[in-house]
Amino acid sequence: MKMNLECPVPQFDFDHINLGHGSGGILTHKLLKSGVFDVLKNPMLDQQHDGAILDLHGKLAISTDSYVVSPIFFPGGNIGDLAIHGTVNDLAMCGASARYLTLSFILEEGLAIDEFKEVLMSIRRAADNCGIDIVTGDTKVVQKGKGDKIFINTTGVGVVHAHADIRHQRVGAGDVVILSGPIAAHGVAIMSLREGLEFETSVKSDTCSLKNPVLAMLDFLGKDVHFLRDATRGGLASVLNELSEITGLGIDIRQKDITIAEEVSGACEMLGLDPLYVANEGVFVAVVKAERADEALTILRAHDVCGAAAIIGHTTSEHRGKVVMQSKIGGSRVVNFLQGEQLPRIC
Amino acid sequence: MKHLDEYRDPHLFDVLMQEIHKKVSRPWTLMEICGGQTHSLVKNGIVDLLPKELTLVHGPGCPVCVTSLGVIDEAIHLAQRQDVILCSYGDMLRVPGSHLSLLEVKARGADVRILYSPLEAVQLAMANPEKQVVFFAVGFETTAPANALAVVHADKAGAENFSILASHVLVPPAMEAILSDPENKIDGFLAAGHVCTIMGLDEYYPIAEKYRCPIVVTGFEPIDLLQGILMTITQLEEGRHEVENQYVRSVQEAGNTVARQTLTDVFEVTDKVWRGIGPIPMSGFEVRDRYKRFNARLKFNLNLDTVDEDKDCISGAIMKGLKKPMDCPNFGVKCRPEHPLGAPMVSSEGACAAYFHYSSAWNNPTIEVS
Repeated sequence: MKMNLECPVPQFDFDHINLGHGSGGILTHKLLKSGVFDVLKNPMLDQQHDGAILDLHGKLAISTDSYVVSPIFFPGGNIGDLAIHGTVNDLAMCGASARYLTLSFILEEGLAIDEFKEVLMSIRRAADNCGIDIVTGDTKVVQKGKGDKIFINTTGVGVVHAHADIRHQRVGAGDVVILSGPIAAHGVAIMSLREGLEFETSVKSDTCSLKNPVLAMLDFLGKDVHFLRDATRGGLASVLNELSEITGLGIDIRQKDITIAEEVSGACEMLGLDPLYVANEGVFVAVVKAERADEALTILRAHDVCGAAAIIGHTTSEHRGKVVMQSKIGGSRVVNFLQGEQLPRIC
Repeated sequence: MKHLDEYRDPHLFDVLMQEIHKKVSRPWTLMEICGGQTHSLVKNGIVDLLPKELTLVHGPGCPVCVTSLGVIDEAIHLAQRQDVILCSYGDMLRVPGSHLSLLEVKARGADVRILYSPLEAVQLAMANPEKQVVFFAVGFETTAPANALAVVHADKAGAENFSILASHVLVPPAMEAILSDPENKIDGFLAAGHVCTIMGLDEYYPIAEKYRCPIVVTGFEPIDLLQGILMTITQLEEGRHEVENQYVRSVQEAGNTVARQTLTDVFEVTDKVWRGIGPIPMSGFEVRDRYKRFNARLKFNLNLDTVDEDKDCISGAIMKGLKKPMDCPNFGVKCRPEHPLGAPMVSSEGACAAYFHYSSAWNNPTIEVS
């Protein structure tokens, strides 16, 4: 990980965010000058312009996402690094190497400045780690009760890999489905902190950048990578269902090949959650040409965040539009779209 | 995962499945009581692997499904009060009342909290003395002890702003109601492992005797279920009708005596209306007089008009084992999880939900099931 040792800890002479910090006046100036700009320092941001002027060549990808996770701090990360990784990963799924991100905060009046500082520092570390610069942004403050501490929006721009051609139209029957890592950690880590559900666990969110393993895979496999999608909200089941629906193909998967950490699995059993539908922040699905699947696995597994990558199934011209899972004991079941939100059960 | 993987062992599963195929010589109809068992059967694809002669029908053991419309309306009525925090287990939230569900009133601003334990509701009451905290205490004998304990705790702690809306139902009276139905076609029962963990076996002997019906207390994992099925059909093939215990790792003959005592202290047995089935005498729990100040029905003087069920919902026939979810003309068409006619479509233990989400037969009739 590339760490910027010069990254300064911001110094603020106030304890909490108030409405004045979003007024555009002196308080806004203080917040940005001695905080945001110092921490995220780079030549483009230093212009303090209304926008950023980029010098990029080739095919570009752009992606945007808003982050509203609650609580903002959770085992394994916080809303700050999540907001960087999430957008970097969305670009990676387009086959693009993220280069520049915008960053917008909506802060709730009363937010402790120490919390804001910590989020800011995490953003800087994640940005360094992903090799991206924050080039422009915005800060607004809303009245207490109108937000939930911090909301973040990031928009990212990246250069598409020269050999990438990732579109659902390229997926054909007989392609191999690869899962990059163990599922459901992020959702369980968040759930363990929710009011009324607190339970002790060492499960950490899997939030991380997937940029390097994806680009490495594209270096070697190029156009034989047909489709990529990170399994965030709605989990693995939702990604596979979307793929099946949009391509009109069936998908066969094997339960025994889907890895899930023991503690995550135990928490899901206890909470009555199906891990297939639980959110991830560092796991993706790759659909590749069957002949190259083993090669893809070798490349992915060379990266820590994909150390447990595995082939979990394949696409098929049978049962079109449906995802069918062979259970560990040999029966089969359909894996559907999630209906609404997963709610904890009675017993 | 230890203590779980052993009961999902593919090799043992194959051995038991072969035994079942060998043992069955003619058609039998078994009912698994508990919705947890139903889901395990469908989710693991077990139903499709059983011999064709064997029909499994899904019993009334889904607490969410059998909670009467009137009680759901009571909970919704309480949730809409400004001074009330209504606490509930998660899967009650989507169940339709006569007009709205708890999820819908929550979206409109009601303070509805999802909890895992009623004891957390007592803590919530202590932390919010200006509010009335009501726990929606539904469930079978399994969840009742924790709710009884919450009342005892609230009494000791002086949490006078805590109360429960009790809608507990009991398994043995429901089994009797099913067996005495003239249309009944159940030959044997897989009794609910967790209910018996609390209550023990003694209530089941007279039922097995009176109706000459084998009852095997069964767990929830694939191996448990196959073993329970094998034990039940072995009895049927041999002409026996006994109470047997497959779930020995959890169920003792006398049940959990401490929990049973707490139940007796706090609750008394009373008549209950079961959603889809109707009234069953002496089939539920209500809070005893001694603890009546923790009874939300009395505290808030609840006396709502009774309402009729949606006539298009056949959940009663499904829970009595007379029909299967896919026999319903509205299944998957007019009745879906996003707009349910009845509770079995939205409860995590509901039979209709199990078929809707997992069944190959419903989701894709063309799938070859190996």
